[in-house]
Amino acid sequence: MLTAGIDVGSTAAKAVIFEGGILNWAVEPTGWSPREAGRKVLARAAATAGVRPDQIARVVGTGYGRMTLDCADKVVTEISCLARGASFALPDTRMVIDIGGQDSKAVLIESGGRVGNFAMNDKCAAGTGRFLQVTLNSLGLDLGALPDPGDVEPVRLNSTCTVFAESEVIGLLAREVPLDRILAGLFKAIAERTAALAGRLGAVERVTFTGGVARVPAMQRALVRALGLPVAVPEEPLIIGALGAALIASTL
Amino acid sequence: MVSEDYRVMWQELGMDLDKHDEFLAPVPQLYHDLFLAQGNRPASMEYFDFVMSEVHGLRVKELVEFKQAGGFVAGTFCVYVPDELVLAAGGAVIGLCAGAQYPIPAAEKILPRSTCPLIKASLGFRLERICPYAQVSDFLVGETTCDGKKKMWEIMNDYGPTYVMELPQRKDEVDRELWQAEVRRFKDYVEGQSGRAITPDTLAGAIRLVNEKRRALQRLYDCRKHDPAPISGKDVLLISQLAFFDDPQRFVAQTINLCQELEGRIERGEGVVPAGTPRILVTGTPMPLPHWKLHHIIETSGAVVVCEETCTGTRYFETLVADDASTLDAQLEAVAGRAMQINCACFTPNDGRINDILRLVREYRADGVIYYNLQFCQTYSIEHYLVEKALQQAGVPVLHIESDFSEEDTAQLATRVQAFLEMLG
Repeated sequence: MLTAGIDVGSTAAKAVIFEGGILNWAVEPTGWSPREAGRKVLARAAATAGVRPDQIARVVGTGYGRMTLDCADKVVTEISCLARGASFALPDTRMVIDIGGQDSKAVLIESGGRVGNFAMNDKCAAGTGRFLQVTLNSLGLDLGALPDPGDVEPVRLNSTCTVFAESEVIGLLAREVPLDRILAGLFKAIAERTAALAGRLGAVERVTFTGGVARVPAMQRALVRALGLPVAVPEEPLIIGALGAALIASTL
Repeated sequence: MVSEDYRVMWQELGMDLDKHDEFLAPVPQLYHDLFLAQGNRPASMEYFDFVMSEVHGLRVKELVEFKQAGGFVAGTFCVYVPDELVLAAGGAVIGLCAGAQYPIPAAEKILPRSTCPLIKASLGFRLERICPYAQVSDFLVGETTCDGKKKMWEIMNDYGPTYVMELPQRKDEVDRELWQAEVRRFKDYVEGQSGRAITPDTLAGAIRLVNEKRRALQRLYDCRKHDPAPISGKDVLLISQLAFFDDPQRFVAQTINLCQELEGRIERGEGVVPAGTPRILVTGTPMPLPHWKLHHIIETSGAVVVCEETCTGTRYFETLVADDASTLDAQLEAVAGRAMQINCACFTPNDGRINDILRLVREYRADGVIYYNLQFCQTYSIEHYLVEKALQQAGVPVLHIESDFSEEDTAQLATRVQAFLEMLG
């Protein structure tokens, strides 16, 4: 059965076309209208996969914009979709750590890609993609084109509050602390915050790291260090939620 | 439409009419969307809808008239404070805990932002002069349940007499003695305020009345133990909230009336939701009027709330005052004794609460527990660790949510609640 999953996140909308495996996928910026972004990204994914929209039997929507999607047969939370998607992409996975635009999550996976338990950041942007973005802005950098700080000694950021961290970074720049040390410190702060979130669920093992931030190699290394464990990153960490949605669609 | 009489009354109570208008403006629409738009509501909810529609009007007018006839009004903030003593001295009691976002910016001019929203809103109402119940109260009664409240009373006292009861933090013999002494000290204070002595007769009458109110709420909660649930959690939360405001006698009669309707539904196997709908027990900090956010999210995500282990839930009514004492001394001991059976996170140790939650999960046949605490409430947020551990050992799924009275995090909370329900399968 030909199915599609659409994941409309706070920053990017993702769609996966699926039939036994991923046929193709697409990513679009969410912009101001999550509904429009969902429609557009599905159309693009279908076009790149060479299928007509009417050939898609079932569509599942997920992500914060899921409720606005009029093309979805069902909506499912990104927690369930991440669990399903990660255990398809990397069947050995027991935990997904996802750093998304507005929240970060840790999801414990049981057999069959079912959710055993999960934790999300509370009413605060610290440790999320937004935290990284805001702080990078104050450094004049962009997430898409980051210099890799390599193995320098990370500077210690005392606060993981988005607002405080921004002013802390400005203070460090004024003291002429090298940029790569600040960057490394930033990754370390996020990784430690995320590791604490995952630790709330008890046993942390066989972790898959997903979300846009997972594409940054320095962030991957920081997370490995904070968890004290190797971390698997899928080929396309951004689309794991949409993949899970397409998988759930195939069981409807 | 607000009658002109009420505006005159509010003015005489020293309220800020412009801010009060602004505060109340969104309420009718919100109430419609959250309550009246629910399907299959019991017909007897009509009374509570009426009380809510008149919550700043008719009930306040009653209290003003009650005072003109020689009565007095005490405003309280905690289920440990004994209503019985106020009633026995010829007074009325109103629960003033606030659950609204509106007065919080005003409170943050004085209190640190990192203070529990309940404390901020309670003081904020006083500062903004938009709560007619705070205005009509002759005195307020605080207690030492947490550090935030303890220090806030000192500030609140600048805006009206605020009496403080010292609640112990353990339940050993020495603590029970302290609380007994506090109850007696409160009796003297209430007598001093009212100019009327509390007698074994008046106290027996008050104990009977408040026990009746607790029994009526217990009967209402008993109805929720059935699957399908005959009433929504949101409606019961509203009733629990109104129990702190309404005239106790009338409230008892109307709640019993509703219970009869619900018991009919149970007999016929009718529910407000289909049988098999996921059943959620909410445990944690109080949800004062009009804090309906979490219940609304849960019940619009395909589940039903069947019990609240909170101060606006079982902690308010589950324990009764022993009514077999005949001397004033023994009655006061019984009044004090009731409070020492309530299990709040302000006590240490507090195993009783864990046992309560495990028992309630069984009694109400809950499929999962949502542990809710207000932001910056240390005692409840720390106690979550032990409660979660006990629930996990018992095989009961639990979700922890921390929030406040604002609406900003509604979408994020909905995602968590829905993921939790998907997990329950």
